Amino acid sequence: MVPLEYYLSVAAILLVVGVFGIFLNRKNVIIVLMSLELILAAVNINFVAFSVFLNDMVGQIFTMFVLTVAAAEASIGLAILVCFYRLRSSILVDEANTMKG
Amino acid sequence: MVQLYFFYFFSGITVLSAIFVIFANNPVHSVLWLITCFFGVAGFFILLGAEFLALILMIVYVGALAVLFLFVVMMLNISFSNLRTGIVQYLPFGLFIGMLILAELLLALVPWEFKDAAFSNLGSPLNNSDSNSVALGKVIYTDYFFIFQAAGIILLIAMIGSIVLTLRKRPNVKRQDVIEQIYRSPNNSIEVIDIKPGEGI
Repeated sequence: MVPLEYYLSVAAILLVVGVFGIFLNRKNVIIVLMSLELILAAVNINFVAFSVFLNDMVGQIFTMFVLTVAAAEASIGLAILVCFYRLRSSILVDEANTMKG
Repeated sequence: MVQLYFFYFFSGITVLSAIFVIFANNPVHSVLWLITCFFGVAGFFILLGAEFLALILMIVYVGALAVLFLFVVMMLNISFSNLRTGIVQYLPFGLFIGMLILAELLLALVPWEFKDAAFSNLGSPLNNSDSNSVALGKVIYTDYFFIFQAAGIILLIAMIGSIVLTLRKRPNVKRQDVIEQIYRSPNNSIEVIDIKPGEGI
């Protein structure tokens, strides 16, 4: 069996790549949403790895709920993005300043 | 040993395609790399023995979510070149934050050893005679039933929310008015006209 810390290191690298992607593509909301999915995937790897190595089922159940919330969040985010594009004909984050005081 | 080789294979796929996701010039390529990345994660789950979650991940992410992303990317008519500006400006700070988080996470990468107290304190201990899906079903439909229902409600709300957000009424398009159709009766819509021969109406 592959040791636990191998899985933890891959999950850590994946999470850092996701965070880095948010900083790098902060004008492009689509890639920011994809980076969020990467972060959630890293969290899921950690949950499942600990669940298996502790012989406990709760981690895998929590992973299912994380998947649910991730799917809901992505669909709502993309719907908001489509709305924003109809309003402004662009998806630049800098133009989302209607509520700015 | 074979497991270790498969682990390296899947980790290579996952990390490389995650890097390609954030560096790709075209968002369509990003979505396709994201699909590859999730295949790698599903491979990890199979290696760990959580095969139900691996297949769920493929169905939900690759089958639904990635296609949703692809739809939105292709539906919006945007030039993506000017979205790439400012990368050089954000690169150092992003690298700094990323390295900071990675350094913090690497502190946890000592060889793990669980105390016996941890094993006596499990939420729902695994019965090793069950397969993964059976074990998951035995727990999720009993102990976590209400949370399971709440997950369903979250999905329902997300569905209603995205429909409401993206639905729009265009001014010059005729749509079906169901209420008007139902309340329409022969009395106010049919008129019997007696036409004499040789004349028009």
